[in-house]
Amino acid sequence: MALLEIKNVSKRFGGLAALSNVSFAVEQGEIRGLIGPNGAGKSTMFKNIAGFSQPSEGEIVFSGQTISGYRPHTIADLGIVRTFQETTLFQELTVFENALVGCHLQANTNIFSAVLGLDKHKQSRARDKALEVLEFMGLSQRIDQLASELPLGSQRSLAIAIALTSGPKLMLMDEPFAGMNPEETRQMMELTRKVNKSGVTIVLVEHDMKAVMGLCEYITVLNFGTLLTEGTPEEIRHNEAVIEAYLGGSRKH
Amino acid sequence: MSKVQLSQIAGIVAMLVGLMVLPNYLKYHHQDFLIFLTINILVVVSYRLMTLTGEWSLIHIVMMGVGAYTSALLSKNLGFPVWISMPMAGVGAGLIAALLCFPLFRMTQFYFLIGSFAVGEAIRLAWIFFVKPFGGSSGVSSIPPPELFAIDFMDPIPYFYLVLAVVTVCLVILYRIENSRIGLTLHAVHWKSSLSESVGVNTWKYRSLAFIVASVFVGIAGALKVHYLGNVTPHQFGVGTMVFVLIWVIVGGYNTFFGPVLGAIVLSILDESLRDLEEYRPAIYGALLIAAIMFMPKGLESVPPSIRAWFKAPATPPPG
Repeated sequence: MALLEIKNVSKRFGGLAALSNVSFAVEQGEIRGLIGPNGAGKSTMFKNIAGFSQPSEGEIVFSGQTISGYRPHTIADLGIVRTFQETTLFQELTVFENALVGCHLQANTNIFSAVLGLDKHKQSRARDKALEVLEFMGLSQRIDQLASELPLGSQRSLAIAIALTSGPKLMLMDEPFAGMNPEETRQMMELTRKVNKSGVTIVLVEHDMKAVMGLCEYITVLNFGTLLTEGTPEEIRHNEAVIEAYLGGSRKH
Repeated sequence: MSKVQLSQIAGIVAMLVGLMVLPNYLKYHHQDFLIFLTINILVVVSYRLMTLTGEWSLIHIVMMGVGAYTSALLSKNLGFPVWISMPMAGVGAGLIAALLCFPLFRMTQFYFLIGSFAVGEAIRLAWIFFVKPFGGSSGVSSIPPPELFAIDFMDPIPYFYLVLAVVTVCLVILYRIENSRIGLTLHAVHWKSSLSESVGVNTWKYRSLAFIVASVFVGIAGALKVHYLGNVTPHQFGVGTMVFVLIWVIVGGYNTFFGPVLGAIVLSILDESLRDLEEYRPAIYGALLIAAIMFMPKGLESVPPSIRAWFKAPATPPPG
């Protein structure tokens, strides 16, 4: 059984169909690329999976459980976490505090234990977890810095660290390579592989084709809200329909 | 325990001892003033908990009224001892707040502000409209003071000690909440609500929690006020009073726990010392406010650290 199944999902905003009847499945352990020209519905798909918006029709199944219609925090609890386009961090908090917030599901406490200090054990485990993930992401030198003071590459790593601390099974990464120089991209690709090896399935929306082709074994292509094709990077690279979608069909004539 | 913490604790203990000795050297109306100021500190600090989530409400003072009415009616009409009716004031305000979460937290930001104002006014109108049991426009009077042995709680000094004890305990609890996991999550909900949600934070629940806890403590503050005054009217909890709370918090600064406390103390003392100037008072107060916002946009709380930094900073090397 696939880890994530998208079954005939449509999303309409008034008369506009952002997604129409899209189906695909992601297997456990994959790094899946989700690509397509601007406006193809990639981000809408992400929002629907993570619960930030609901599909108009169709069903999203995660580990055999239907999750469409759930709120984001419930979906996070089930093991899906998303990262955001551009760098979304708690800019005003330190690197360590950022990671600590990510441990919410583990460190979640009630107000009485918090006031009386009955949750000390739980909190110290959350701190260990946060430190462990920051170490894993190569940020342990920067734990006391404010998130806003980090260079771009480290900010992106921190965004992934926050997501990782929640202990996800599936991570949805929204354009993690946007605005990066080749060296930063290379480092981020390495980190992404490392996260994947640690047991997290990844779905990646990205415009940087080099990164996508380099990371993913299998790629899903959306165009105008419909599923265009799926295949290995090699197949996608040579697929007429994909080339046409990206180049606007100029080859046909 | 580190040295800093020890000196902080020593400072707080010294302050408490000072406050316990202080009223004995004050005139009667200054003793009164000290009681209301101490109660107002609880009002602003509990309001700050609410603002941690980024939502500013206009209902806080009305929740104080809910506590005040709860304690007044329980002790006067139903004969509860004040020692029970006071904590019940917190429970009552908390329960009403919990019910209000459902309509109020469908809104955020500006809409929430206006929504909270509307709901607050509706509650205030209910006190005026339902003469039984709320006493209509003239409210409830002859509310009994607390009783304990032969202590006369009509006298300001014993009552001040009671207020000081209750407020101190409440502040310790609020401080611990803010510095716990829950405080961190409230900050997170404020700064990036969607990012918090993506790692599993139920933002609705945390916004509600902050509102309910703030209401519980301001409800207790309301009870403290009402058993000293002996009467409660709907007019004590109007939006005018709420504006004062906002001003205290903004002028004091809301980035640290002690900012609003500082704001309430400094502005109340200022207001009190301008008493003799009668009709010029609002003008002077207003001018000072504008000056404060212009020259200290981060509030009074930003003043002590900048003075400290000024002393610590190395002398600037001469040019060239």
